[in-house]
Amino acid sequence: MEIKLLYYLVPSLVMFCCGLYGFLTRKNMIAMLISLELMLNAVDINFTVVNRYLFPGSQEGMIFTLFAIAIAAAETALAIAIIINLYRVTKKVDIDEAKQLKG
Amino acid sequence: MEPTIPILILCLPLLGFLVLGLLGPKMSHKAAGWYGILSMGATMVLAYITACTYFFSGAPEFIEGGVRLQHVVFNQDWLNFYKELTIRIGFLLDPISALLLVVITTISFCVHLYSLGYMEGEKGFQRYYAFLQLFSFSMLGLVVATNIFQMYIFWELVGASSYLLIGFYYQRPSAVSASKKAFIVTRFADLGFLIGILILSYFTGTFNFTDFTGTVLANGSSVNDLVTPLNVVASFGGATFMGCSLLTWALVLIFMGGMGKSAMLPLHIWLPDAMEGPTPVSALIHAATMVVAGVYLVARLFPLYLMEEAALTFITVVGAITAFYAAVVACTQIDIKRVLAFSTISQIAFMMVSLGVARPEIHEGLGYMASMFHLFTHAMFKALLFLGAGALIHAVHSNDYTAMGGLRKYMPVTHITFLIGCLAIAGIPPFSGFFSKDEILSACYENSFVWGAWMSMVAGLTAFYMFRLYYLIFWWDEPDYGHHKPHDAPWMMSLPLIFLALVSCCCGFLHFGKFVTWNGEPYDIHINWTGVAIPSIIIAVLAIALATVMYRKKNDLPAKFAKASCGLWTAAHNRFYWDEIYLFITHKIIFNGICRPIAWFDRHIIDGTMDGLAWCAQRLSVTIRPLQSGNVHSYVYVYLFGALLLGGVTAAVVLL
Repeated sequence: MEIKLLYYLVPSLVMFCCGLYGFLTRKNMIAMLISLELMLNAVDINFTVVNRYLFPGSQEGMIFTLFAIAIAAAETALAIAIIINLYRVTKKVDIDEAKQLKG
Repeated sequence: MEPTIPILILCLPLLGFLVLGLLGPKMSHKAAGWYGILSMGATMVLAYITACTYFFSGAPEFIEGGVRLQHVVFNQDWLNFYKELTIRIGFLLDPISALLLVVITTISFCVHLYSLGYMEGEKGFQRYYAFLQLFSFSMLGLVVATNIFQMYIFWELVGASSYLLIGFYYQRPSAVSASKKAFIVTRFADLGFLIGILILSYFTGTFNFTDFTGTVLANGSSVNDLVTPLNVVASFGGATFMGCSLLTWALVLIFMGGMGKSAMLPLHIWLPDAMEGPTPVSALIHAATMVVAGVYLVARLFPLYLMEEAALTFITVVGAITAFYAAVVACTQIDIKRVLAFSTISQIAFMMVSLGVARPEIHEGLGYMASMFHLFTHAMFKALLFLGAGALIHAVHSNDYTAMGGLRKYMPVTHITFLIGCLAIAGIPPFSGFFSKDEILSACYENSFVWGAWMSMVAGLTAFYMFRLYYLIFWWDEPDYGHHKPHDAPWMMSLPLIFLALVSCCCGFLHFGKFVTWNGEPYDIHINWTGVAIPSIIIAVLAIALATVMYRKKNDLPAKFAKASCGLWTAAHNRFYWDEIYLFITHKIIFNGICRPIAWFDRHIIDGTMDGLAWCAQRLSVTIRPLQSGNVHSYVYVYLFGALLLGGVTAAVVLL
């Protein structure tokens, strides 16, 4: 059986929608972070497969994905640091507490 | 001439100002005072050397065929805007600047020495000496200016140092307001001066005095191949404004600056108030040197003024009215310093009149020579009178003659020197004032009998009010001095008095016409005994006799006279209400009529526009502020909506 482009895109779409849904509905910042990662990974999959199927001669999609993963890791570390600090102050990981950051 | 000494003359006082101003607080009073005195003494010696070199060396750059020349010792570019507009700082040596160098440094040195005693133990002693040095520097820079712009710069500097010194006792509100008054009134006059400079320089394209006045020889050729006054007139090309030629306007406006500095009517109101400053300062600045700057200015531009009879007539009229007014007011003042202040105004007006009536075609510029002669003798005897008044004030701790009387027994040195000063100013031979005043009166009579008679009358008034003052201080009735009888001042205060008294006795015999004349040619002074001198001596003696009758012993003649004068005495005592007129004009008319609408415009229109802009920005910010709620979910919804919209639009564009 030939594996088509669509077979990749549908799960990726599902992943993205799950992430979006989670991001919009959760108040727990850790859960929101996880949802964010889901969306990011869905996009990464898209990059890779589109590159693989539509432009097999080039590497940009792959390299972009690698960059996105690295940056996502850094971003997560930052977000976790903020969340931990917020937790120290408020004893909660609730997103509503983050309103205080507005100043 | 080598420029070393002239540069030092300017730099020593400036250095003194910087040293005393910056390091003064660290110095003891004695060290600061002696430093100031030595610095000024050195400047004086250098100025004497310069003046002697100029007058007596006979070097070809100073004198040629018996005619004294203007000599520019150095002229350094200072502000170089572009080729036509370069402002220079230089050192011009000619008869009047050499004369003023001597006068300023001599009086300044006397005042420095005198202040050591007078200001002893005062708070801010070092500051006082620093300001004195600053003043001496500015005044020296003013008289040696090579161009009118340099003169203007130093003109403002003397104004500033005068302001600082009048307001020396800055804790006293009266001193503060007096200093402000002096500054504002002279600044107002300087506005005219500046406009005059601009008009003159716009048409002639130069600032240099030598270009304006390049001394004209008898045969009409110019000494220094530069622009002559005739060319200056030609450069105006007959331009007129409101019926007068523009050159007349320029000269009258420049004279307005001189009116402010020299306290001519109607800009005289600051000088009597300036007496709030320490007395030696009054002697130096407000009697001998700074206030004659106006006379000096006119003398400096005299060849130009000669081209415009109208300007000279204006000067004569202003001077004559001021002389009479100030003399009348001086007869009624109680504060001895104010009497001297009004007498100063009157005497400066004498010099102005003398310049105003000077016409070389009638009497070879006698008026000019007489004016400078009187400037010289007046500086000496008026400084003497002020320093004497300072000694009196120092002894009795009051400015009013009512607190004095019978002082001749207690203060013999002050008494004799003050008497010499009074005799000199009254014009009694052989004291110096007689000679110079006689020349002025001769010049007036030769111009017109009216001016001569008028000035003779003022001269009589001068003798009267000076001897009124003298008798009220040294004779009259002796008030109760208590335990502390007044006594003569210490040596450093008496020494300048004695020195100036000697100068006032002798300097009349100087052959002044050999040194200072309008065109550098020597002028032979001959006293017109029958026509002018004897009558003026008789007038002076009569006036002194009247003063003797009225004020020698305590009597009720003065009070009776004041009553009988139908309000004239009161009016004169209140200085003919000039201050009140000024107050009315400024407070009622200018403040209400001009300042209020301008303030309203400023507060409502200009500030209103700015406030309106700020209000709009604030409203806008309040409106859009809720958008940044800090609620992450709302951001995400907005973002999602935007992304979908963008995607939808893109899809629509691509598909359709």
